[in-house]
Amino acid sequence: MSAIMTSTKNSSALGYQSFKIGEFSFDRCEYFAYINCPTAEHIISIDDFLRALMRDVAWGFFYGTVAFDDVFGTINHYGNVDVYLGTKHAEWKHAGRDYIENFKSDELMDLFKAILSDWTNEGFDPFAAPQETGTAWGPKRGNEDRLISRQREVAKRMVGIPGDAPLRTDEGGYPVNRAFPDVDQEQPVIEAEPGFEGELHAYNFFGYLSRSDVTWNPSVVSVIRQSLFCPTTEEYVLPIDHGNDRVEWFLQLSDEIVWDIKDGETSTPLATVTMRAGDVSAMPGDIRHQGQSSKRCMLLVWENGSPEILDMIRKGTAPMVPVTF
Amino acid sequence: MATEYNTVFASIDNYRKGGVQCLNEDAKRYAFSNIYEVAATNKPYDRIVVAKNLDYTIEVCRAEGRSGWMACAHDEFVIAMDYDVVVHYLKLADDTMIDRDKDGFQSIKSAPEGQKMGRIFLKRGHQALLPENTAYSFQADKPATLMFQTILGDESIEKWAEICQH
Ligand SMILES: [Fe+2]
Repeated sequence: MSAIMTSTKNSSALGYQSFKIGEFSFDRCEYFAYINCPTAEHIISIDDFLRALMRDVAWGFFYGTVAFDDVFGTINHYGNVDVYLGTKHAEWKHAGRDYIENFKSDELMDLFKAILSDWTNEGFDPFAAPQETGTAWGPKRGNEDRLISRQREVAKRMVGIPGDAPLRTDEGGYPVNRAFPDVDQEQPVIEAEPGFEGELHAYNFFGYLSRSDVTWNPSVVSVIRQSLFCPTTEEYVLPIDHGNDRVEWFLQLSDEIVWDIKDGETSTPLATVTMRAGDVSAMPGDIRHQGQSSKRCMLLVWENGSPEILDMIRKGTAPMVPVTF
Repeated sequence: MATEYNTVFASIDNYRKGGVQCLNEDAKRYAFSNIYEVAATNKPYDRIVVAKNLDYTIEVCRAEGRSGWMACAHDEFVIAMDYDVVVHYLKLADDTMIDRDKDGFQSIKSAPEGQKMGRIFLKRGHQALLPENTAYSFQADKPATLMFQTILGDESIEKWAEICQH
């Protein structure tokens, strides 16, 4: 007979809190996060868990599925969120080990923020590339509430326009990242005719990106209705496996990312997509994607945030591929 | 030892594509293309759709010489992706020069009347606003790649089978 394990870990022995919501409970030790639910126990390396949790929190559960790994994750229904174990994995489902529970978004967000705050030790920045931060290991040691409460920059029209999200500068606390010393920092020359000063707008987009202090965390630089240009800088591994509920697009601006593609429902590997500077690729709405970048690079993530798509997702009519040819 | 990082950008005359390596998957679902290849292999200022999400698009063109005048009823954005391009702006003198009910850019057939607003000199990686209801025209001394955030219009060109891996 198959056993259902429950955690024997006592978070408090190491100075950490234990957390519970619905039938899910969360504990941590020096090296791992323990997730328990009525059908199973699952463990995830604590650094991976915190990096994934950071994205789920910062992105408000994002679009569709945020998979911490092949087993555990969240599914956003915009107002309420599923927490699942095994639901997106063929073998877990086959064994009847899968469990899913729905929560109000703000209640789950409060819990996730509390876990992130309590379990993130001083010196560990879950947004940073591994070479740019300390470790997550060991007993409780201070906190990094300042780093984990960073707000992502969201432009209403375009960054740098007076009154809109500001550009990144040395003075603003955004020095050029160590991996982009060769990215030109000059701003475009704008020659406005008399009477049109303040009507022409441009900025150094690559320069702006070279000053990103986080990895795998898109910010919004320009907006047309619900068309959102969300560029980001990427280094090492995307801490989540993203299963969008709609099509999204990637445009590789510099260097290279290799994307592992899996089936969104079963976790079966489907493909790898290698993207080099100038490459454009859609991510279908029925897959999961996880990127790997050997050197910090610039990626344009392009999202459609329209309510029209939300209706289509609810009715199951949102297209899974952007075009057929 | 400190690492010397080298950022790899590409250009209309120097790009190296990646691709989709399939296990059990159809590469066409990824509509995989490369903007520099599209710019290198198309006519100047033909606006080729390289990404589409319902009606929203990312379009690419080869900039070479002086373009005609275009305008749009909604904002657009342009990014110079390799070489220098100058954007000229003109305040449209009259409201009937473009159809305000249409999405996407519209070519203005005859030279539009209006007040010169100025110019922006774009270098690689610079993004400019192409404001709604404002005419613009590009100038590039040598072939360059422009990338647009916009909405599908009558003049947007879709040729997926030609540009995408399949
Ligand atoms: Fe994604």
